[in-house]
Formats: sequence, C-alpha cells, structure tokens
Amino acid sequence: MSIQAAPSPEKSRRRHSAALYEIVVPLLATSAGFLVWEAICRAFNVPAYLVPAPSDILKETMAIGPTVLGHSLATLKTVLLGFVVSIAISLPLAVLLTASPAIASALYPFLVWTQSIPKVALAPILVVVLGSNELPRIVITVLVAFFPLVISSATGLMSVPPELIELSRACRASKWSELWRIRLPYAIPFIFAGLKVAISLAVVGAVVAEFVNADSGLGFLIVTSTAFFKVPVAFGALIILSVMGVVLFQIVVIVERVFFPWSTGNAMTGT
Amino acid sequence: MISLNRVTRIFESRDGDRITALEDVSLSIRDNEFVTLVGPSGCGKSTLLRIVAGLILPTAGTASIGGVPVTEPRPETGIVFQAPTLLPWASVMDNVLFPLRMMHRMDSGSRDKAAALLTLVGLKGFEGKSPRELSGGMQQRVAICRALVHEPDILLMDEPFGALDALTREEMTMELLRIWGERPKTVLFVTHSITEAVVLADRVVVMSPRPGRIAEIIDVKSARPRSFHVEGDADFHDASRRIRALIFGQKHVDPGRAVA
Repeated sequence: MSIQAAPSPEKSRRRHSAALYEIVVPLLATSAGFLVWEAICRAFNVPAYLVPAPSDILKETMAIGPTVLGHSLATLKTVLLGFVVSIAISLPLAVLLTASPAIASALYPFLVWTQSIPKVALAPILVVVLGSNELPRIVITVLVAFFPLVISSATGLMSVPPELIELSRACRASKWSELWRIRLPYAIPFIFAGLKVAISLAVVGAVVAEFVNADSGLGFLIVTSTAFFKVPVAFGALIILSVMGVVLFQIVVIVERVFFPWSTGNAMTGT
Repeated sequence: MISLNRVTRIFESRDGDRITALEDVSLSIRDNEFVTLVGPSGCGKSTLLRIVAGLILPTAGTASIGGVPVTEPRPETGIVFQAPTLLPWASVMDNVLFPLRMMHRMDSGSRDKAAALLTLVGLKGFEGKSPRELSGGMQQRVAICRALVHEPDILLMDEPFGALDALTREEMTMELLRIWGERPKTVLFVTHSITEAVVLADRVVVMSPRPGRIAEIIDVKSARPRSFHVEGDADFHDASRRIRALIFGQKHVDPGRAVA
C-alpha cells in the first residue's frame, strides 16, 4: 500500500547526471562559443572597434573594473526596484481584474494601452515630467515588466476548479478567505511564470531607461563607451547585462523550487 | 427531513435562451436514508443536488431541510464532487481540515477527528503525504473525509466515483456503504451507473431529461449490509430492469446483460 521509496543509488546517479546536463554542459558550450569567437577575431584580424575579441573585452573592462562595478550595481538597483514595484502593482491589479467582469472591462483598456505605447518613445517624455532621477527609470522598468505578470496572475486566479469555489461557498467562507486560502495559492505556478518573464523584462526596461536618462548604469556605460569607440567596454557591459539577466532569472526559479515545491511539478522528487 | 416541494429551476444562458433544468420536482428524504439519483446527462441531477446544498436557489418551489427553507449553504452539509479537487499544496491532513479552517471551527480535537476519519477510509499513515502522491481512488477517499470532517448530517455526492476506473469504483462503492454503516447520515448520491445506484440505495430516484423531472422512485428491498453479490438477487434484478426501462425505453432492454 505504501508508495514511499527511499532514494535509491540509481536515482541519485540520475540526479547527478541531471546536474551534469543542467550545469556542466551549458558551461562547456558557452566556453566553446567564446573560444570560437576569439579564434575568428584573431584569424581574420577583426578590428576591435567592430567586433572585439573576448580577451580584449575582458582586458579593457577589467582596466576600469571599479567603474564598471559601480555601473552594474546602479543597473541592478533599478532592475530590482522596478521588479519589486511591478509585483506590488501587478498582484493587486490581478485580484481586481478577477473580482468582477465590470472592473475587468474598465481596467483592460488601460492595461493594453500602457503596453501599446513604445517605451523607448515614452522614456524622454517621462524624464521631462518626472525629473532626471531614479523615478523615471523605475517607471519605465515597471511599464516594461509588469504586464505579463498581471496577465499570468489573473489567469492563475481564475484557474481554480469551480468545485473548490463551491466548497468554499458551502463552508460560507468570506471572499477574502476564498482569495487567501484558495485562489492565491492556486495562482502560485502562474504567478511564478509571470515573475520569470517580468525579471527578464525588468533588465531590458532598466537599460532602455538608462539609454535615455542616466549618469550611471550599464545602459549609460554602453552609450558613452560607444560614443568614444570603446567598443570592448560596451561589449563587456552587454555581457554583464546578460549574466545579470540569467542570474536573476535563476534566483526566481530557485525561490519557487524552495518555497513552493508543489508548484514546479517536482514535489514527488523534492520531498 | 430533506423535502423538495414542486421545485423548478430555469437557467438563462448568455444568448437569452431559457433552459429548464428541473421542472416541478417533489421529493422527500428521511433521516439517514440513502437516496441515489440516476438518469441521463442533462436531467438536472446535479442541479437538484446543488439546490439541496444551497448553492443554487430554485426558480419556483421550495427546498427545506428539517422544516427550514434552504436559502444559502448550511454548515451541516458535506459535499463530494466528481473530481477530488484536493489542494495540491496542502498535506492530506490539511486537506481534510480545510472546511473547518474555512468555517473557523478548528479546535484542539480537530486533528484527532480528521485522523480518525482517515483511519476509517483506510488512509492511516498518509496524513503527511501530498495529494499528488496518492492514486485517484485514495484522493477521492480524502475528499470523502473532507466532506465528513465537520460532522454533517447530510452528505451530498455528485458522481463521486465517476472519474475512477471500474475496479476502484466497485471497491469505493463498498467502502462508502461501510462508512455509511458506521456513521449513518442522510446521503443524496448522483450517479450514471445503474448498478451503483441500486447497490447503494434505499430508494433510487430515476430522472428524465429536458426538462428534468422525476420519472419514478424505486424502492430497493435487498437486505443490508450489501455487496455486489446482490446483483444476483431477484429484487436487484427487478429494480435495475425497471430503471433501465425508464431510461432507455422498453425496447432497448436486454435482461440478460447488466450494464454498469
């Protein structure tokens, strides 16, 4: 009758090979990519102001290391603030959207409207309106990042089996405890799907904002270094940005696995 | 105790069509009686169940329990649905306790009560498991515990074994009879299976569709405790043949074959 099974050596070996595929293989592939890049640049003498070799990028970026670090932290701050504000806006908005069809039809046009505006075009206007400080950058980041989070959270809140809502009504539970004890937990997998998109978009949003208005940040670094033909530094900033995006995404994945193991479909192997 | 008096329920679809799910249904169910509702799809069985549950109000007529009209869900009713619909994030124990939490009726004895129920359905030792570690039949047992944990006097079951395979289904039917024997209560049980309806019931309410009405109420006289052996009894045979005749019409009846 029992379906408990101790982790067999077979299973742990499989887990090891899973780790191999998840970590070692991507690392090897990436390194190989950089080696090919380096080899091509050297073999064809590609000038550094067009496409710098990885070694040039590393050398020139490291040369101004502390400055680059400062820019990275500035961007990270904008990304994280924008992400947090996106969550703070999106979840209540999703609850409102699912509360009644009337509210949904009133809010949806605004939501779609914020999405149809090109953020790059909006950025300089926001700077004029909000001043040249952190605020317009965060607003841009939020505008780029929040929409998928709202949509997936709202979808999640609506995904509850109707029987559970009937059960909740049969228990004469309040709308609040229905939301708190049934709808929100049910929406967790959907919310995390939204969070994964949102964190990636937050990086994009922060850089867009920095292009237009900033005195620091990796977006700013790219603009200024290309203006002076310091292309290797621009590439360095680009690589740091992509690494930042991947790491932040993975953090969201890990948070989901640790705190909501049932959400990821790994509950069986996770316990 | 449960009494339906000329209950009619009309649904209005979005394009304005009016669908009569139930028409002029009168039925009274005694305390601790086991009544099954059987009939083809669209005969209003589930609607009838939800009216008794207080989840849907009748368009005309009244439903009352113990003389009190049902106008909203009452706490002393337990419901089991076709799908177990357990909470995937909660343990088996927490799933059973869920209605008590929603009703703010948790107390020091609640966990013992839930554990006793899980023992009753043969799931002792599974308290800490997650629902997805259980088979479909086990999940439905948990759902039955969840429906019983607040000690309801009425148990409403909407095709509770409809999603299970045929063997598990027979096993669960026997389980239910055993649980009902140990904890008698009024049960209203919706099913598509004629065999199941007859094996379980004191009375089988046969319904006909469009509009949903009661075609006939059939007493099942087979002695309790029952098992699927009653399928051989003359009483059982008469009852199922009559139900089949009511549902399919006389000409399709093949007395030599018992279709579940």
